[in-house]
Amino acid sequence: MTEIVATNQTILVVGGGISGMTAALEAAECGKQVVLVEKEASLGGRVSQLYRYFPKLCHPTCGLEINLRRLKSNPRIRVVTLAEVTGLTGKAGDYTATVRVSPRYVNENCTACGACGDAVSSEVANTFNYSLNKSKAAYLPHAMAFPQRYVLDPSIIGTAEAEKAKAACKYDAVDLGMQEETLSLKVGAVVWATGWKPYDANRIQPYGYDRFANVITSVEFERLADPHGPTGGKLLRPSDGKEAKNVAFIQCAGSRDENHLRHCSRICCMASLKQTNYVREKGGENARSTVYYIDIRAIDRFEDFYQKVLADPQVKFVKSKVAKIVEDAKTGDVVLHGVDTEGYHRYANAHDLCVLAVGMEPSVKGMDIPAEIIADSSGFLEINSATAGVFGAGCATNALDVNRAVQGATAAALRAIQVVNRVARAEG
Amino acid sequence: MSDLNAQAVAKYRTNFLKEVEERVEEGEWVKMCMQCGVCSGSCPLGPYWAHPPQEIFMMIRAGRRDEVLTSDSMWMCTSCYNCIVRCPRKLPITHIMHGLANYAHRLGLAPKNQPTRVFATLFWNNLIRTGRVNELKLSLALYFKDGFKQGIQNALNMQKTGLGLMKAKRLNPFELFSGHGCKDKKGIAAMLKKAREIEASRKHFAN
Ligand code: SF4
Ligand code: SF4
Repeated sequence: MTEIVATNQTILVVGGGISGMTAALEAAECGKQVVLVEKEASLGGRVSQLYRYFPKLCHPTCGLEINLRRLKSNPRIRVVTLAEVTGLTGKAGDYTATVRVSPRYVNENCTACGACGDAVSSEVANTFNYSLNKSKAAYLPHAMAFPQRYVLDPSIIGTAEAEKAKAACKYDAVDLGMQEETLSLKVGAVVWATGWKPYDANRIQPYGYDRFANVITSVEFERLADPHGPTGGKLLRPSDGKEAKNVAFIQCAGSRDENHLRHCSRICCMASLKQTNYVREKGGENARSTVYYIDIRAIDRFEDFYQKVLADPQVKFVKSKVAKIVEDAKTGDVVLHGVDTEGYHRYANAHDLCVLAVGMEPSVKGMDIPAEIIADSSGFLEINSATAGVFGAGCATNALDVNRAVQGATAAALRAIQVVNRVARAEG
Repeated sequence: MSDLNAQAVAKYRTNFLKEVEERVEEGEWVKMCMQCGVCSGSCPLGPYWAHPPQEIFMMIRAGRRDEVLTSDSMWMCTSCYNCIVRCPRKLPITHIMHGLANYAHRLGLAPKNQPTRVFATLFWNNLIRTGRVNELKLSLALYFKDGFKQGIQNALNMQKTGLGLMKAKRLNPFELFSGHGCKDKKGIAAMLKKAREIEASRKHFAN
């Protein structure tokens, strides 16, 4: 049984991505007790799945490492992974949260030696790589996973595979008897930082993501570029493993569209501009990128970054939302059709690979969120100041880049601290 | 210049967008277009018309009144609705196309021999006479639209089809003489008159 001490002076942070980690750390470093609940097996969220950040093009592993160090050295944060908040009742200063914890089948004894992974042979989709490849059914979520502890996929529980994993472990860390648990936590304030998910590209029918192997999403492209990803950091296209040297980027794939997401996802223009750098970095001087856009929204100081890419002779810009994609069955190339707004010229351009800059959909959408959290027409959280004891942070509240998500998370932590401080004063 | 056209020019002067917003079916949507180009790229007729929808909308905003209203582009729309279902701003593009065509026709600016326009006019005049479309008269009118000689030629070319239709009882030759109408011809006429009045007042045709 998971033992967690929580009182109405405790702050519950829901979601362990960059926003949730930040909120938890800020609150804990101010002396508050924090419970951080994450639904995946490891912290880090979508940021840990990026190859590089814009605008500095550094690797997220570095920022993540700093945060993990802060976290490990802070006894006031209790991290619960594979856990989801399923209910929240009460009022500011006095909430009861119901948390469902799924079994990991591996306990604290795990040293991440990897013997269980070596022992099993069944494979499961590697969701950290957006299912572009497979991993063993006993796996470490990713190299920087926190906690550094293996996970057994539930699909092998009850089979000989699970027994193999158990037998291989020298530390008695594999516990096949683990059960799902439901915890009930008393907390004073909540930071809701459940982040975002990439918009389901299958729904953009004319782009054929579901039909054409060489149409991929921007988040998948991050994994291709990452040395820890499925292709070892090479931009190999899915249909035939050929290196992609002529890459198309389609902006607003699902964003700014009444048929899909009504909002501008704000980060995708910068993400594609950044990804044109990957194309050059990996493919050298012969590699070309073409960005199809409605308008480029490189907000505030990112304009400089845009100007730099604009000046790059290897990158071409076409002002047009692509109308449809067809596949050249012989070569596997994708042909983009549309009309160019600057002159109304009709085009049909062939590319090796097409990357859809998919929009940000808030993860709260479709989730059973407590009544006092209000969502706007896109599903992002809005704080109800009348009952505020629950605060949104990061991409649960808006489409944000990492920098702005972290700022928002700090603000949410401050608000939560005020609530538990009020409780502390009242209790004397 | 037709009276209606002269009156429109006097009223709206250079503000063509306003004219479209007030007088064209669904015209108030034109300003919502963000020029993304999806409609133009999705239109199956796109390669064949001078100005695809996206360009027409920009031309309206740019005040290129004559070019838009005398264009045959809107008349090429086949109402496939590809553009409507894909437009990220949900513009009722197809309806705007028909609205523009209709408005240009009213003002007497639409291209005279544009086939869609000729057929639509024949169809409408045929329909309002009895409240029913007389298919035989409609087809004959279409055959003879380019003169008597061409008409005979067209009729001869279609002879086999015509006889086949007659055999299958899909075509009654006696319709040529009287033709059957709907029960309440007067009612239809009154309804159309009222509709015209409403349209004229709503679209400021009267003043
Ligand atoms: S699809 Fe809609 S928004 Fe895009 S150019 Fe056409 S009318 Fe304008
Ligand atoms: S409805 Fe008309 S304008 Fe729209 S795509 Fe079809 S033919 Fe083109």
